[in-house]
Amino acid sequence: MAKSLQRFANPARFMALSGAVLPWAAAATALTLSVGLYLALVASPPDYQQGETVRMMYVHVPSAWLASAGYASMALACAVGLIWRHPLAFASAKAMAPLGAAFTFLALVTGSLWGKPMWGAYWVWDARLTSVLVLFFIYLGYIALWEVIEDFGRAARATSVFCLAGAVNLPVIRFSVDWWNTLHQPASVARLDGPAIHSSILTPLLVMALGFTLLLLVLTLFRTRTEIMERRAASLEMQQAQAGMTVRAQNG
Amino acid sequence: MAEYFAMGGYADFVWPAYGITALVTLGLIVWSVRAHRAVKARIATLEANNGTARP
Repeated sequence: MAKSLQRFANPARFMALSGAVLPWAAAATALTLSVGLYLALVASPPDYQQGETVRMMYVHVPSAWLASAGYASMALACAVGLIWRHPLAFASAKAMAPLGAAFTFLALVTGSLWGKPMWGAYWVWDARLTSVLVLFFIYLGYIALWEVIEDFGRAARATSVFCLAGAVNLPVIRFSVDWWNTLHQPASVARLDGPAIHSSILTPLLVMALGFTLLLLVLTLFRTRTEIMERRAASLEMQQAQAGMTVRAQNG
Repeated sequence: MAEYFAMGGYADFVWPAYGITALVTLGLIVWSVRAHRAVKARIATLEANNGTARP
């Protein structure tokens, strides 16, 4: 197991594998999202209480799930990077951060658009909303930290420690609706006693969630490839700069 | 058709929610593809330099 993981973690092997998988994964993503959009906007009925506003759930809930799940995967990658000191783990965490931040942003904006007709306000300082806003700022902090430290190794370690510290916010988000009296409704899909949603609404939600998840995976793979190529470009630049210096030293 | 787009009177909330989602996800794709192309071009130039610089 560890051995096969290590083989996968070899950058050259990763490039070959991800290059082969990406076109198919991208096609599956496009297909799933098309079916999901059709189910969400056309085939599904309005909710008996919320009417047509329920359609916002099909973009809001998957975004919110991925905001948290994306961060959890990032934290896992950071932990793997810190423990086994593998650059590929750091690169994938770095690649994922803007995607997670974007989904968090979408969860906040679509939630706000849903909140206005349902609660009468675009924003309330409710525990769930506030903890997700904090998550958004943690993502931005992680991204900013990568930008300010120039050396890859140092930046990778510092951002990973930051990312792991930020993970304490995840259980706060998950349980905020149980711990505090929030305006936000409690979980209705991921419950111990099974989903409390009718299948006519659950099906489009799950298809959209699958589509969003595939999109996150595809873009993470793609952006990790870009990141590995950035590292290669940086090392080529370094080589050429050093070669230039030796030539100058010999001539001088 | 007009009735469909009215979304039971909630058009002002439903359509912007889908609009911003489409905008942000498409934006992520375009941005990621551009970054990929840029680094590909950078590596191509560097490798060409390597070929000429080395005796």
